[in-house]
Amino acid sequence: MRAKVVRPISDLARKDGLKIDTGQILMIISAVILFITVALPMVMIIYNVFFYKGTFDWRLFAEILTHPDNLMAMWNTIKIAFLVTVFGTITGLFFAWLIARSDIPLKGLMKSLFTIPYMFPPFIGAMAWGLLLAPRSGYINKLYMALTGGNQPLFNINSVAGIIFVELCYYFPFVFIQVASALERMDPTLEESARIAGAGQLTVIRKITLPLVVPAIAAGAMLILISTLSHFGVPAILGFSNNIFTLPTKIYELIYKSAGSFEGIRQGASLSILLVLVVVLALALQRRILRAGRYDIIRGKSMRPMLIKLRHFKIPMLLVCLLFIAVIVLLPLVIIFLVGFLKAYGLPLKLEYMTVKNYQHVLFISKMARDAMKNSVVLSISAAIITMFVGTMIAYVIVKINPKGKGILEVLGLLPYSIPGIVLAVGVILTWSGSFKINLYNTFWIILIAYIARYMAFSLKSASASLEQVHNSLEEAARSCGASHFESLLDITLPLIRPGMIAGFFLIFLPAMRELTTSILLYGPFTRTLGVAIYAIKEEGNMVQASALSGIAILIIILGEMALRLVTRERRGK
Amino acid sequence: MADIKLENITVAYGEKTVIDDFSLQVRDGECFAILGPSPCGKTTVLRAIAGFVKPQRGEVWIGSNLVSSKEKRIFIPPEKRNVAVVFQDYAVWPHMTVEENVYYPLKKRKVSKGESKKLVQEALTQVRMDGYAKRLPYQLSGGQQQRVALARSLVASNDLILLDEPLCNLDANLREEMRFEIKRLQEKTGVTIIYVSHDQDVALSIANRMAVLDRHGRIRQLGEPEELFKNPVDSYVYRFLGLSNFIPVELVEGKLYVQDETERIPFPYPPPLHLNRKAFFAACRPMNIRLSREGNLKGRLKRVIFLGNIYEYRVQLGKYEIRVQQDAFSASRNGVFKEGEICALTLKDPRYYEDVEEVSS
Repeated sequence: MRAKVVRPISDLARKDGLKIDTGQILMIISAVILFITVALPMVMIIYNVFFYKGTFDWRLFAEILTHPDNLMAMWNTIKIAFLVTVFGTITGLFFAWLIARSDIPLKGLMKSLFTIPYMFPPFIGAMAWGLLLAPRSGYINKLYMALTGGNQPLFNINSVAGIIFVELCYYFPFVFIQVASALERMDPTLEESARIAGAGQLTVIRKITLPLVVPAIAAGAMLILISTLSHFGVPAILGFSNNIFTLPTKIYELIYKSAGSFEGIRQGASLSILLVLVVVLALALQRRILRAGRYDIIRGKSMRPMLIKLRHFKIPMLLVCLLFIAVIVLLPLVIIFLVGFLKAYGLPLKLEYMTVKNYQHVLFISKMARDAMKNSVVLSISAAIITMFVGTMIAYVIVKINPKGKGILEVLGLLPYSIPGIVLAVGVILTWSGSFKINLYNTFWIILIAYIARYMAFSLKSASASLEQVHNSLEEAARSCGASHFESLLDITLPLIRPGMIAGFFLIFLPAMRELTTSILLYGPFTRTLGVAIYAIKEEGNMVQASALSGIAILIIILGEMALRLVTRERRGK
Repeated sequence: MADIKLENITVAYGEKTVIDDFSLQVRDGECFAILGPSPCGKTTVLRAIAGFVKPQRGEVWIGSNLVSSKEKRIFIPPEKRNVAVVFQDYAVWPHMTVEENVYYPLKKRKVSKGESKKLVQEALTQVRMDGYAKRLPYQLSGGQQQRVALARSLVASNDLILLDEPLCNLDANLREEMRFEIKRLQEKTGVTIIYVSHDQDVALSIANRMAVLDRHGRIRQLGEPEELFKNPVDSYVYRFLGLSNFIPVELVEGKLYVQDETERIPFPYPPPLHLNRKAFFAACRPMNIRLSREGNLKGRLKRVIFLGNIYEYRVQLGKYEIRVQQDAFSASRNGVFKEGEICALTLKDPRYYEDVEEVSS
């Protein structure tokens, strides 16, 4: 111990008081990145709508705002979002309660089956439902007409009700997941005490359980509301043919119709502002609701909740669950794969009409499909890596360095959560098509920038969560052991948050792979993504190849999802 | 080994000034305890020495090196101060084995592999953790993790080790064992230790000298533990260092009486010479009061509480309740008093203070 391991504190010459330290450098870089990727596009939208050739001009905005088509789109948006939220919440709540609190069998299996719609791209689901329930050609409608002998379809999916139904299938898991986990973590003694005090089963549910999960319900419902307000894929696939528009699809149509002219983009930008206003209104509503009730009675620790015996309802309830899963998960999945095997769309689903040609075509022959796959993989991986590192850095600044302006960083970083993808795309076009002497329009880079902005919030949230687990004293201990700030980051903090970063990678990679909303406005002739390619092939009317490519996209996503589960399981095992 | 000098340092977090114009000198090779309620800025003092906060004013000296001075634009970062820190939550790195944890400071100081191995082994032996070199922290108990943190600090610096309430997360038995351990290591290695705590027991038992801080980060008294315990300068220090009774007394015609409107109870002790006023407080620790059958200061015994090694009595004296403690040994020799009995109190040199300051820690 007395050996001379001590290095004298002799370098007084390096008066550190003068130097900018690592923390400040990270802070500045973070602020610059967030400003360029997130703030600038938003500023550009507002500027371009209200300033024309350098002078203030509100006429365009007023004109767009009062146009009956746009008002109709706004009304549709709100109507669809509201109804999906209401029905999605009820559906999610019902199944969450059934799985978390009743003695229904096969819980583990059903829990994972219920989260499948979560990772399934909704626009592919919309396509699948189109294949099943399109008024004339849908297989279910054809079967129905054959059976009844009439020429009235069972259900027309190309309608507002159809859009609501499909969005419901993909958004109810928001409430399901939130509520199921809240129910599982709820302290069972709260309910038991009520039973002991003489309350009946139903009274306990009504007076104790339900009020305690209200915050979880509200959080899930708000997620549904915000997501459906900004949702593009389903109304784009199902609504266009019947002239049903929502704000996001109207923005797309305005820009698409004008073939990407500046005037069209300005109109789209005006509508974007309207859409953002609607979302902001919804967010304000959320704040009010969430403030109303906040309980800490739900513990982080998992406990064994009191299960309610279904008795003779057990089997019927199980059947309801399985049927529901079969309809919303299996049916679309099967139809997509089967149609992918058909020689031509419209042929009966019989083995004699099947071929592997479509899969062969999209995998090996069609340059567009192969380019799209390659683009999506490269884009998703690069966006995931960049966003993961940048998000971790920004989270580090916010959580650990805690500088004065951290509020701004937080707001900017989480803003993309509530900015609809289509609006972000409009902003990115306005920013990167020559306004600042850089023109990235029609290139790979513009999509990458948009993805980074879009998924920054994901990365920020997951990195913040893992960083908060790393106590400050761990890094300080390293400093006092002779490590510089940077070394302590490298030796201590990074290894400790690595599992969180890997999970964060997949949390960006997977949604980026199935992305359609932003890429559809940003793609160029050589930069189609998987989503865009499927959409384009479908618009050409080539349903069989669109289905084949969708099938492949789903396989890639399932593989990625499995990898994510593997990673997170390892982490839990430790 | 190094002596520490803090000269007029001020630290503020935003608007809130935590310590203001604070000065302190710690001698080389000393075990110095900083004692105070939470929060009182004692951890901030430690962090200023370690280099985790930059004082807005004043100078910090470690040995002959000026490590922090806003005025002279000097700030040596923590990694160059050669100061080891043991944190309240141990801060043992969970992804490294015990051995790797202790090796880390040597790695950063580029000590050769061979010598490092020897030093790590030595340090682990000193904290009696030599059998655990390959374990990961989650396989260790809290006390064992604390030992690892201690071993790591021994390796990191033989000048100065700062301990930030390192024992407050441990259970009572372990706490006692560890404070003995720290004292033993300090005597063996001669390293300077600054120990921050709100627990007067630990501080009294291991410190050569100590300082008692108040809520505003001011030093109320500084000196050797026995000196502080015997002669607290004010009621704050008195109350902070242990259980206490404060009996309001008044001076009437050169004699002391317990302040009471209904009864006239003489307080049979000579009045203090240093207080130039009529009413003040007599302070006495429960352990320094003896109960007997005969005496001049009588009260009624309200309650007897058996606490294992001691008996605690609550005695009604006029309108005040006095806390008295009697160790079990003398209780068995002199007999235990019963509730309701009248008994006499004998105070062992009571001290007098003008006021009774609130101490909540």
